[in-house]
Amino acid sequence: MAFHHQRRFDESAWAFAVILLQPALILIDHGHFQYNCISLGLTLGAVASICLHRDYLASVLFCLALNHKQMSAYYAPAFFAYLFGKSIRKKNPIFEVMKLGVAVIGTFLLCWWPFLHSRTAEAVLLRLAPLQRGIFEDYVANFWCASSLVVKWKQIFPNTVLAYLALFATLVSFLPSVVQQIRSPSHRGFLLSLFNSSLSFYLFSYQVHEKSILLPLIPASLLILEDFSLYRGMILCAMFSMFPLLRRDGLVVPYIATFALHLLLLNVPFLEKSLSHVKERQHPSLKYMSDGLLFTGCLIDLLYLLIEPPPRYPFLFEALNSLLVFICLVLIGLHSHIQQWSATSTHEQIDADKVKMN
Amino acid sequence: MRGTKQQQQHELQRQQAQKPMNGLREVLWMASVATCIKMLLMPTYHSTDFEVHRHWLALTASLPLNQWYIDETSPWTLDYPPFFAWFEYVLSFFARIVDPVIVDLTRGLKYDAASAVYFQRGSVMCSDLLLFLGTWRFCRNFPLKLQILSYLAIFFSPGLLMVDHIHFQYNGFLLGVLLLSVSYLKEGNDLTGGIMFAILLCFKHLFAIAAPVYFVYLLRHYCHDLARFLKLGFSVMLVILTAFGPFLYYGQIAQVLRRLFPFGRGLCHAYWAPNFWALYNAVDKMLSYLLRMLGFDVVMEKAAMTGGLVGDSKAHAILPQITPGLSMFLVLLSMSPCLIKIWRKPRRDNLLICVVYAYTCGYIFGWHVHEKASLHFVIPLVLAAVDSVKVAKEYYFVSIVSYYSLFPLLFEPREYPVKMIFLVLHSTAMWYGFAINFAPQTQTSVKESELKERNGCMSLCIKKKMFIAGLVGLEIYVQLIHHLVFEERLPFLPLMLISVYCSIGLMYAWLKQLSFVIEL
Repeated sequence: MAFHHQRRFDESAWAFAVILLQPALILIDHGHFQYNCISLGLTLGAVASICLHRDYLASVLFCLALNHKQMSAYYAPAFFAYLFGKSIRKKNPIFEVMKLGVAVIGTFLLCWWPFLHSRTAEAVLLRLAPLQRGIFEDYVANFWCASSLVVKWKQIFPNTVLAYLALFATLVSFLPSVVQQIRSPSHRGFLLSLFNSSLSFYLFSYQVHEKSILLPLIPASLLILEDFSLYRGMILCAMFSMFPLLRRDGLVVPYIATFALHLLLLNVPFLEKSLSHVKERQHPSLKYMSDGLLFTGCLIDLLYLLIEPPPRYPFLFEALNSLLVFICLVLIGLHSHIQQWSATSTHEQIDADKVKMN
Repeated sequence: MRGTKQQQQHELQRQQAQKPMNGLREVLWMASVATCIKMLLMPTYHSTDFEVHRHWLALTASLPLNQWYIDETSPWTLDYPPFFAWFEYVLSFFARIVDPVIVDLTRGLKYDAASAVYFQRGSVMCSDLLLFLGTWRFCRNFPLKLQILSYLAIFFSPGLLMVDHIHFQYNGFLLGVLLLSVSYLKEGNDLTGGIMFAILLCFKHLFAIAAPVYFVYLLRHYCHDLARFLKLGFSVMLVILTAFGPFLYYGQIAQVLRRLFPFGRGLCHAYWAPNFWALYNAVDKMLSYLLRMLGFDVVMEKAAMTGGLVGDSKAHAILPQITPGLSMFLVLLSMSPCLIKIWRKPRRDNLLICVVYAYTCGYIFGWHVHEKASLHFVIPLVLAAVDSVKVAKEYYFVSIVSYYSLFPLLFEPREYPVKMIFLVLHSTAMWYGFAINFAPQTQTSVKESELKERNGCMSLCIKKKMFIAGLVGLEIYVQLIHHLVFEERLPFLPLMLISVYCSIGLMYAWLKQLSFVIEL
């Protein structure tokens, strides 16, 4: 909301409704049952603080989110890049970085104190990084799973090598976004960077779960008024990628109902005039991709529900599903990287800060 | 300058209202959203009415026509008119494809597997298409904002959602047929309207309470000469013969009528519907306690007014006994001002108010009324409320009270947040809808005189506000305080309190509607 404070009320209200009523989050947290909303909420608080120029509060909130669920680390590069980029533009860069460092380390100490005191921190860390579960489980729409149709990673390399490989790939993929933010930090760039870094983690990281699609989804939803086609593509990807999981949970009817409700929310007849210029600014290529995804995804889901897969390929539909979503995610990722790099730097914003500090 | 701009706006709106497909997109959108919400309600609690309808699917699918009203395999015997039985028969074809056990007469008894639940709930959702059609047809000439308000009120009515899609019944499509019928009459197409009403009666005879209104209206408005009278009479007879003809042929009419009108049941349902008789019962009970305490010898039957299946014992201890005949007499008596008005001024615009009033009278004084019957007058009333602030205030009040009175139908804790959220969201949305609609600068009425009459902003008088606040207090008592104070004793008290409190509200609503009718 802080980011959109210059918008008209009905646009903001609609965006608010869309962000809060996301079917993916509703189904995962209230259907499958998890508590993602806590860490996501803390992260959103951190993002809002950044948009309100409260960097220390943002750092503290994000560290709390990290300590609630380590998956929030998907956003860490973006936070780091933005805050670092902003700090080096201030009068005393090293001092600024130290101040942020104190905030971060302080929060971590507060959360980990009981474990440090009883010397069980190592056990906690081991649990947080379950390497033995393999590079991917089931059929998730990321690089390792999609490319495993061609290259059988699990059979070629041992887990530790794969872990390093995944780390390397993830680092390389989020590097452009981080560099851009350090070079010219801005609020819009920050949101895009959040999206890009979480997407790159989702695509290339080790042991990614389908539910992690929530992480790139949230920044995309925050950008809804800026780039509607990005959000639409993402929500379709997210929903279709989660379908096998939800089917196993017996949540098919809520899936259909919440998905349909959300698509209806994105196309409200009596808000058409108010939202016309948001819709007009859609990128045609992404729009066509989304439409194609909607059609193909529904087809695959229907087939999945009604037809038995052939005995030779018992997971045919899951594989098709994850491949389709993976391709779309790559396309969306390319688009968002281009967006981030072409975003005009708001040196004026940072300079205004400098003036205030003086 | 401003005058011409307003005139232009009115002209634009009027032109838009003339378009035949006006509002169709909004209808489709709201209908889709409502259907999605209903899909989310699929796994909720369903009552014995679910088994009733499932049994009727099995009955009509497995037995020949001449057994439909005779079979006693299940205590839930067929007690709706033949068209509804045919409706179940058509549904049973699809049921058989989904899961043959649903339509098995013996194996399907008390069958509530997922397939049966999804099928039945799906059938209610599909039949609501008629509700959407009926509402759209009635509203299609309204300005767009009023249309949206009407669809909001009807498609998302908490009463319909609670009764049809949780408790389980088929009221939606029946109300749709009623609205279709009234819409034809509103356009002046009396013959079609009359035929549709006759068809409705052959689906559920409970709607026959408004038959006198229809009869008088059609007599005065349509039947200018004998030819028309004969045409109408012939058409209606044809409809009734199509429905009951086969049973006449089999000589089962007496049995059918016995099933349709089970007067062996008591004056009130197990939960007293909030009507006049609830107050009557309450007064009777209080008097008997009072006289008992004063030392008189009073014979008191235990819970004699209840009993869904049987119960003809002495129901009232002090006050005179009520017979079905007396109840019917009171219904007709209360309807008479309305009938006289229609006789004198058979105008199209008055018809909706009179039909709603007739159903209200039937609810207030009827025999063995279910609280669900309040839907019959609340749903059509909103269509009269959208363009008159006077009616809007009464509608708002009566809708809250009657929806609240439906709460005891869903007694499981799982549905508690759902029904509460429905009612609160709906009331808030309707309040804002009405307030925006009746704010002075958004008046859409063209004529000056109408403007003056219907103008005035949406607000509730202090009495109504206090009554609604009392509802909140009542709910707190029923849910929390009663258990703390009485624990397991007096288990009937909360329900009785809800019933009596709501009946005061509904009696007031009835009197207010009477005043509208007299002013016509």
